[in-house]
Amino acid sequence: MAALQLEKQRGRYAALAIAAVVIVVGIPLWWKTTETYRAWLPFSDISELDTLQLQLSVDIEVVFSRGTLTPEQQKKVPLSHVSEKEHHIDEADLSLHMLSESSCGSVVVYVIPESSTLLPEDVKVYVGQRRTALLRSPPFKSSWSLKEVLSSLDVKVEQVVSTMSFNHQDIVAALSDRVRMTKVTKESMADSMRAIKSSPGYEITFSLLNPDPKSHSLHWDIEGAVQSCIQPLLNKLAPIANFSVDSQILYYAVLGVNPRFDNSVSAYALSADSLSHVINPVEARLGSNAASSNPVLNFLLYVPDAHHSPLFIRDHSKREVPSNAFHSPRWGGIMVYNVNEMYGPEAERPVDININMAKVMGVFLAQLRLMLGVQHTHPPPGFVLQSPGSAGLADWELDRLLWSRSVENIATASTTITSLAQLLDQIGNIVINDNIAQQVSSAVTSLQSAVVELEAGNLAFALQYSREAILASERAFFDPSLLHLLYFPDDQKFAIYIPLFLPMCVPIVLSLLKIMSEAKQKRAEKQAKSD
Amino acid sequence: MAAHRYGLSLVFILIFSLLAHPSSCDTLEKANDNTGEKQSVSDAPQEVNTDGSAAVEDLNERQWQSTDVEVDRSDGTKDSETFTPAAAKDQFQEELVIRPLHSGDIYASFQFRTLWDIDFLQEGQKVSHYRLFPKSLGQVLSKFSVRELHISFTQGFWRTMQWGQPFIPSPPGAELWVWFHDTVSDVDGNWKELTNVLSGIFCASLNFIDLTNTVQPSASFKPLGLGNVTDHRFLRYATLPREIVCTENLTPWKKLLPCGSKAGLAVLMKSEKLFHSSFHSQAVHIRPVCQDEQCTSKAWELRQTLNVVFDLYTSGQGKKEWSLFKMFSRTLTEACPLATSSKIYVDITDNPEGELFELTPATPLLSQAVVLGDRRTYSVYDLTRAETFGQLRSLNLLLRWKGDSGDMLRPLLHAERYVAGFGLQTGEIHTVIYNNHPYRAFPVLLMDSVPWYLQLYIHTLTVTSKSRDNKPSE
Repeated sequence: MAALQLEKQRGRYAALAIAAVVIVVGIPLWWKTTETYRAWLPFSDISELDTLQLQLSVDIEVVFSRGTLTPEQQKKVPLSHVSEKEHHIDEADLSLHMLSESSCGSVVVYVIPESSTLLPEDVKVYVGQRRTALLRSPPFKSSWSLKEVLSSLDVKVEQVVSTMSFNHQDIVAALSDRVRMTKVTKESMADSMRAIKSSPGYEITFSLLNPDPKSHSLHWDIEGAVQSCIQPLLNKLAPIANFSVDSQILYYAVLGVNPRFDNSVSAYALSADSLSHVINPVEARLGSNAASSNPVLNFLLYVPDAHHSPLFIRDHSKREVPSNAFHSPRWGGIMVYNVNEMYGPEAERPVDININMAKVMGVFLAQLRLMLGVQHTHPPPGFVLQSPGSAGLADWELDRLLWSRSVENIATASTTITSLAQLLDQIGNIVINDNIAQQVSSAVTSLQSAVVELEAGNLAFALQYSREAILASERAFFDPSLLHLLYFPDDQKFAIYIPLFLPMCVPIVLSLLKIMSEAKQKRAEKQAKSD
Repeated sequence: MAAHRYGLSLVFILIFSLLAHPSSCDTLEKANDNTGEKQSVSDAPQEVNTDGSAAVEDLNERQWQSTDVEVDRSDGTKDSETFTPAAAKDQFQEELVIRPLHSGDIYASFQFRTLWDIDFLQEGQKVSHYRLFPKSLGQVLSKFSVRELHISFTQGFWRTMQWGQPFIPSPPGAELWVWFHDTVSDVDGNWKELTNVLSGIFCASLNFIDLTNTVQPSASFKPLGLGNVTDHRFLRYATLPREIVCTENLTPWKKLLPCGSKAGLAVLMKSEKLFHSSFHSQAVHIRPVCQDEQCTSKAWELRQTLNVVFDLYTSGQGKKEWSLFKMFSRTLTEACPLATSSKIYVDITDNPEGELFELTPATPLLSQAVVLGDRRTYSVYDLTRAETFGQLRSLNLLLRWKGDSGDMLRPLLHAERYVAGFGLQTGEIHTVIYNNHPYRAFPVLLMDSVPWYLQLYIHTLTVTSKSRDNKPSE
């Protein structure tokens, strides 16, 4: 009897010990080993990004030249620099630029007296190649205090700055992905849809289309032309993206439409409505870069065949386009180059033709500027803009591009990061590796630094940070390991675990119940005994 | 001049919000200014819906915009008279070799060759400007530092006993072998990316090539082009025997040619006839060669070859008569204007007096060459000359068999393989190699790449020659 009791006791202890091991060691171990690895992500920072406030500030320097302020007004103004210069307008611009080397993103406005002869009569503002502008001061009385003088200048200076730097429309257009455009002009909408989306690199391809190699043997010095015309512009745009240029010649490339012969000018004409069908058959042969995934900008030069020469393009108002070229938003452009005047009917076929690259590159350069987002500025009347010069791009035009690019980058990067965070939050089964967490954190810190730099007005740093942010966010978002979704629906989980755990748990649970009922019985007996 | 610093910061506060508030746009502003350089988009204001979709549609119609640029009117037309083009650095040659086979079939082999005096692998200088060489292949060569590339797509089996030796042998399915440059540090990574890019260019599923079916032959291959060091670490070889070749692979292959399929010999390549044949193989071979005899500088050679054997019986009629029209359903009208030489060669070695077959139209040009160890005579049709096309301005070669076929060709070396038995226990693979030379012995190197799911037991390998067992050495 006592042996039986001992046995029972040992049995009870054994069951309790097994139950303890299962509960204390087994369940946590099973839980830990079946959870998915999710590295920590800065979710709080990312939710902050959601309601981001962007503050853009431009450093503006206003310089008053001699004769604009009366001596009393001058006295009130703290002197920091006085110097005398008397130059022609272009030289003035250059020497003024050398006077104070303006950093990226800032604007310097020089106010010159009303009666000055430096600017022609009706021109109120002259915007230079660098970041300077000359402003003819509005008339004011010499009895005005300094404050009144400055307030009257305010409006003018604001106009200048909005032309040279950025204005509300540009920024809203750049953010058009994220922010609903409330009131947009057709111009800015067209502008925003024309420029190619921001990307870390671009491929630019020049293609010469020769549909008739039997009649024309074309030669173009594309290498030299790219070196002298396109490369300076691309060098200047280097902070925005990496560019790579190549070229090819496609033979027997015909356009998708048959041009109609126009008797009035005895030439063939392509109407503007048929332009969208022109590119179709050629596009299959253009090819993108086989070895990279950057977006491609195609520039085609089409030399019409001998039977369809000369070929002109008509715009919507049936007038001939002087440059004989057209472009398509976010794709590229095409120019038609007529060679029928270069040889007579008795020339031996195929005729050797040398293409005048200067003319062609001028058109392609203008198209490239439009594709990259260097918008046409519509300055208010009375403004005169200096031509961009050899680089093809004025400094302040580059600044405009940088402003809209950095804002666009910040917008895209924050969209990407917030949607990634949402996705990872909602689907609890995706494995988040360490490298993804690291990319996300670096993207978030880059975004925050970019916003800070924009506020401080350091445009170059802001662009750099925004580029880093967008690269890191894209890499994190498109990482192939995020697709590895461990899919465990609930009923399948039951189907897997029940055959394993149920046979094991049933004896344990039943013995625990038995122990509990015996203990209850004993207590009841003890209770009865004590009574 | 008094100057003072007047820092004015324009403060823009924009609030990002996920919720978009649709607002009603009443009218768009008229964009009608006509000052200076402007877009030619000028239209009347329009009523717009709440989300501005009508504005977008309207813009889409007018998406193509003319470029307004101030152009210099002076064209310089006088220059063209004194213009002499610089010597071209690349040239293109095309040829077609037709060989009538003794069994009555006919073997046609196209070769398109582009030679370019440039160096893809030169340090610092990126090749970007292409003329006759296809840009897609050039970019692939530069990016992956490829020294030699050989890829072939074959459908059908080459019957060596009946047809003799092919000009360029190729196994059925897809075959790719590449020599990389010495400067490559991660050959396997480059190989993987290269196969994926090539599968895009040729529209074939070469992406199935991975490390499980790639081999690095240490003795069988040597570079066919220039190359001092043959370090086999930079060689990779892979085959996909079950890859099917069809029109989808022919079209991108034709796209690589400078004249496309619009002029020259390539007009003959129509897929409905080409694939209705016993054997069809298209290949691309790229290798560096010497520019001149002294080999002072490198040039790159791209050869695109297409070998096809037309079967007498499957092409109907049964009459032993072949013509370009019957083979390709096309005749030739002109040579490719970009080609420096464009010729058709017909093998008439076995027909010196015309007793075996008759060839029309007659041609005075003859050429002799040593091909695969044999001296062969060819009738040449030069397509760059206008008189080849005769009065009808089209060339349709006609080959009519007169006599009976002579004795069968005995190729010197050929190999066969067959499967015997079944299953893992009793299955066997037999490879038989024949040497038909009267007195000479040849050393043979056999490379066999076995897929991982086929378990071959090396200890069961037996080598038999002249019905005597050869014990394999270690």
